[in-house]
Amino acid sequence: MGNVVELDVEDQIEVREGVDRETIETVQAMAGKYKHGWETEIETEYAPKGLNEDIVRLISDKNGEPEWMLEWRLAAYRRWLTMEEPRWAMLNYPEIDYQDQYYYAKPKSMGAKPKSLDEVDPKLLATYEKLGIPLKEQMLLAGVEGADEPRKVAVDAVFDSVSVGTTFKEELKKAGVIFCAISEAIREYPELVKKYLGSVVPQSDNFFATLNSAVFSDGSFVYIPEGVRCPMELSTYFRINAENTGQFERTLIVAEKGSYVSYLEGCTAPKRDTHQLHAAVVEIVILEDAEVKYSTVQNWYPGDEEGKGGIYNFVTKRADCRGARSKVMWTQVETGSAITWKYPSCILRGDDSQGEFYSIAIANNAQQADTGTKMIHLGKNTKSRIVSKGISAGRAQNTYRGLVTMHPKATNSRNYTQCDSLLIGDKCGAHTVPYIEVKNNSSRVEHEATTSKVDDDQLFYCRSRGMDEEEAVALVVNGFCKEVLQALPMEFAMEAQSLVAISLEGSVG
Amino acid sequence: MAVLQAKLDAAEARLAALDVAHAGWSAAARKDAATRLRAMGLPVKRDEYWRYTDPTSLTVAAPVTAALFDAGDEAPLFNGIDRVRLVFVDGVFDPTQSDDPTTAGVELLSASTADIHWAQGLYGVLEARGQTPVARPLAALNTAAATEGVLIRVTGKADKPINLIYLHKSEHSDAILHHVVKLEEGAELTLLENGPGAARFNKVLEVDVADGARFHHIRAQGRDHERRAATHIFARLGAKSLFKSFTLTANGVLTRNEAVLELTGDDAVAHVAGAAVGDGNFHHDDTVFVTHAAERCESRQVFKKVLKNGAVGVFQGKILVKPGAQKTDGYQISQSLLLDEDSQFLAKPELEIYADDVKCSHGSTSGAIDETALYYLRSRGVPLRQAQSLLVLAFLAEAISEIEDEAIAEDIRARLEGWLARHDR
Repeated sequence: MGNVVELDVEDQIEVREGVDRETIETVQAMAGKYKHGWETEIETEYAPKGLNEDIVRLISDKNGEPEWMLEWRLAAYRRWLTMEEPRWAMLNYPEIDYQDQYYYAKPKSMGAKPKSLDEVDPKLLATYEKLGIPLKEQMLLAGVEGADEPRKVAVDAVFDSVSVGTTFKEELKKAGVIFCAISEAIREYPELVKKYLGSVVPQSDNFFATLNSAVFSDGSFVYIPEGVRCPMELSTYFRINAENTGQFERTLIVAEKGSYVSYLEGCTAPKRDTHQLHAAVVEIVILEDAEVKYSTVQNWYPGDEEGKGGIYNFVTKRADCRGARSKVMWTQVETGSAITWKYPSCILRGDDSQGEFYSIAIANNAQQADTGTKMIHLGKNTKSRIVSKGISAGRAQNTYRGLVTMHPKATNSRNYTQCDSLLIGDKCGAHTVPYIEVKNNSSRVEHEATTSKVDDDQLFYCRSRGMDEEEAVALVVNGFCKEVLQALPMEFAMEAQSLVAISLEGSVG
Repeated sequence: MAVLQAKLDAAEARLAALDVAHAGWSAAARKDAATRLRAMGLPVKRDEYWRYTDPTSLTVAAPVTAALFDAGDEAPLFNGIDRVRLVFVDGVFDPTQSDDPTTAGVELLSASTADIHWAQGLYGVLEARGQTPVARPLAALNTAAATEGVLIRVTGKADKPINLIYLHKSEHSDAILHHVVKLEEGAELTLLENGPGAARFNKVLEVDVADGARFHHIRAQGRDHERRAATHIFARLGAKSLFKSFTLTANGVLTRNEAVLELTGDDAVAHVAGAAVGDGNFHHDDTVFVTHAAERCESRQVFKKVLKNGAVGVFQGKILVKPGAQKTDGYQISQSLLLDEDSQFLAKPELEIYADDVKCSHGSTSGAIDETALYYLRSRGVPLRQAQSLLVLAFLAEAISEIEDEAIAEDIRARLEGWLARHDR
């Protein structure tokens, strides 16, 4: 989520004919640079620097975990020691020293777990408030006021290594929905966690997922029982605050038969000169007729113009559509991070299941993004759709990497992929690396990709209507991204639009 | 590490089984190529660039066997075209079946042992350039160990096409041919190639197209069901030059055709196309790498595959636009028609772009024959088989239309019709 900037536009600008109000708001929102780069001064308790079995034990102990969980972590850690960091992505970054990081950081005031949000350190609450994430239940997210019926969004707020609090828990409980920190779920619902944790992204899946399996400290757990339509949108907001600290969160979402949930994820971090590591895992299990929407606005600190600082973001996200007619929709807006390595995937196992992936990836200055999706069609009559919009500016490199595979038994399946890249300036790069594997003939696979620059005619049109160049570019880019922006829940769409403009700041001229 | 060692060992074993000691002008280039090969090793299935094709039978030191194909009374390809024929039998030049090469200004690699030769500036040079960013070890092996080949230098417009004919007469033949073609400024040549070549055929064609020159290349790879081939085309294009290459592949247990094209002069045009038809034990891989290193160049890749009874089609295509290669127009299409449940299409169409004022696109589709179109034709009284054949030819038409010479295109179409008639279920 982040800051939804409220503008009192009409007072300041005369709305010109042919330019709608929303456009001006968007462009206005470009005012600041990275908005979430401030730091909360709060006393923090760290685990010793570096990574070894003792650190894994310490994290497990801090979370008050049962023995089986510790064993699970240790098995992952031992496995990780034998693995090599993948280097196939089109990303160029110096060797990461895994011993030169803190793997656990927790605000001291969280020492005794607060029983309710009222007991949470006001400094932490203020932090989230400043980010535009109210942790009080009577407050609603900015930007959605004025809707006929005020929409509620339940929030789980993760600060460095711990979950600060979860809102609307009681109301959700009435509907049978479990929404809590994963550390809490391990203690309170061990059978559910045991059954599903690692069942979509196994411990040995890849270097970063295995690291996460060993050291994840917190994250969110969502369980939607059979036939329940989650009464409100769920959201997790990740904030990295402490210096030299990696964040390793783990999210597990289980949607039972016929259920539905829409889940939002947001992330920010302060400006720092050194790189910080973020390696998350998200697992989603979707049973018969259930549907999950997962939307992300990734706005980690991207580093400065010269590429100094910024988050290294290595994320494994996967949804397993186990049941027939199940459905998953990934929507992501990737504007932050110095390095993005992320491929939210769909395993379409159930017959007639559906996977969708909508992505906007913006890389400016020295940012590098290698992101895309995997659509693995295993069941009959499965459908998938990929719409990816990559925007490169400055000296940034932006790669779409994707896999579509039609298993021999996935008969009568369909895939449609569209990847478009937009280049702004002649120092950046835009790349497309799709893998297409078709192993039966009744399925249809279509892939299209284009690369182009911002259209001069469109720019000229905007300029001739009195916009300056940056405004014009932001408007054209928002138009380029429209298909994806429309797939976002409303409160995200507005923020994403203004983020698009901010991320491109300084890319013109 | 163990994998790399195995690759290096395989390269040593292969080199040891071949005669790589050569004297004369090409000796230094061959030695360099052997050094390159020793550094990279031979490919293995685990290599990303060989993800969809198992190179084992192309790399083993021991010869592989392939039964001979009887074409019956079918007329040889390009028979009606006035051309200079140069025949290689299992990789060995046969003067008795060939026209006199000197009339067309062609020299034979095996015969030219002088110390200084124009081809010295090209032999292995474009191949070496083509080794980055992706290694092509089979091409380095070829440069090091080629036994035969033709050296063609063209000034002006060549009188008639040169036709290289590769006959396969021995079940165990293992042929390595390396051709060098140099088109001087404003020159024009059509090169025809046909025939399987050998049980296992490794061929490299290096083409230097100078400013304003035009090169047309049409080949058909022979229909021996069990033959294997690894071929490479390395081309460098000067300003305002034209390069057009079309390949027809029907049958063959394993074919890997690589085309590595570099557009180095402004306003150059490069088109590379392929039509592949496979039935049963057929694995066909088109791997293309086009580098745009100059302004206002155009490149097109058009690859179509028709597959049945478990045949596998692979396409790996890449357009690389270097910084400064503004106004590039790059297009790439790879499509497959799967005629039954068992066939597969595996594709990796890539774009890598470092210039902003470009227009690049690629498309890739895979699917069965269009039932609606089939129904339409049948409702107009066209018998099922004929209707299918018509739709298959229509599907391949975009690739064949890359052949400029209508007589040659007609020959290729006739070949395809013949194949479809024979492989009718």
